[in-house]
This record gives sequence, structure tokens and C-alpha cells, in this order.
Amino acid sequence: MSSAVERIQSAIASNKICVFMKGNRNFPQCGFSAATVQVFEEIGAPYGTVDVLSDPELREEIKAFSNWPTIPQVYINGKFVGGCDIVRELYESGELHTIAKSVVEASAAK
Amino acid sequence: MEAAEVKHLIEEGLPGANVEVQDTTGGGDHFEALVVSDTFEGKSLVERHQVVYGALGDAMRARVHALALKTLTPAQYKNRR
Repeated sequence: MSSAVERIQSAIASNKICVFMKGNRNFPQCGFSAATVQVFEEIGAPYGTVDVLSDPELREEIKAFSNWPTIPQVYINGKFVGGCDIVRELYESGELHTIAKSVVEASAAK
Repeated sequence: MEAAEVKHLIEEGLPGANVEVQDTTGGGDHFEALVVSDTFEGKSLVERHQVVYGALGDAMRARVHALALKTLTPAQYKNRR
């Protein structure tokens, strides 16, 4: 089996927008994870999720990997964007729409 | 953990910062904090949050389940009101 770091890297590489969360998009297990996926649902951006509750090793590793102590964590185009508060702030300022749009267009152009 | 303790740790890590902390559930592990500091100048949101998490250190890993953060520079805070 791959290491937790490899599983993180592969999730980030295969999802332009990657949400590490508790639970999944249909059954989020934490209000902050729920609020984060809600934002991506609102803007209609395609995103992938990783359920940290189903992978305890990854759940610990991601905190060191991102230098971020809490879940959820969002990566866009391989870059760490932040947790729930930052995603919501970017959503409210309209920046997230711009970022998401460029991600969608870039993958459509391929 | 008391909200006052969270506030104290953040103030210790960011000298000169104005910090407001609320215990959002009353359970001592979910908090909401507003931090206004000039050290945030020129930093991204991720970097700002990392500074605050750094100030909380082990408390963040062990005793705080959730911390909703608002990080502003003094200028941003002034414009907000």
C-alpha cells in the first residue's frame, strides 16, 4: 500500500479541486466540511473529495503536509488554498468563482 | 479550554495584536476569533492563519476542535466598520 503522503499527492494530482474532509459530499460528518463542499456546489465547480475519517493515517499526515491543523483542507491546482474560513472568504469576495472558472476552462481546453 | 486562554495565547504569539475570542458552543473546544495585527500586512490568508495556529501551538492540535478565524490588518479592520 502507498504511503499517506503518496495518497495525498495522488489525490491532489488527480483532482483540480480537491477537498480533504470528514465524510463525503452527500454525508459530511462535520459542519465545516459541509460548509466547504456547499461553496463548491454553489459555484458549480467540479471537485473531488477525500474522506479523512476513512484513512486515519492520511488524516494525521495531511496536517503536517499542509502545515495546517484542521480539516477541511482545500487544494486547487496542487496548491493549498486553505480551510473553511478562507474558502468562504474567497467565495464572498468573488475570487473563488474566478479561480474555479480558470480551472474548469483549463481542463476543458485539454 | 477557556476563550480567555485562547486569546492570551494568540496575544502572546502576536505582540500588539487586537484579539477577540468567543466560545461558540460553550463547550470549550469550538472558538471564533477576530485577530487584527499589522504583522498580517503583505501576507496571504493561508499565511495569516498559519501565524495564528503557530501561536496556539499544541493547544490547537490537542484541545481546540475548531477555530473560525478572521484575520485583518489594522487598515482592513478600519475599512470594515
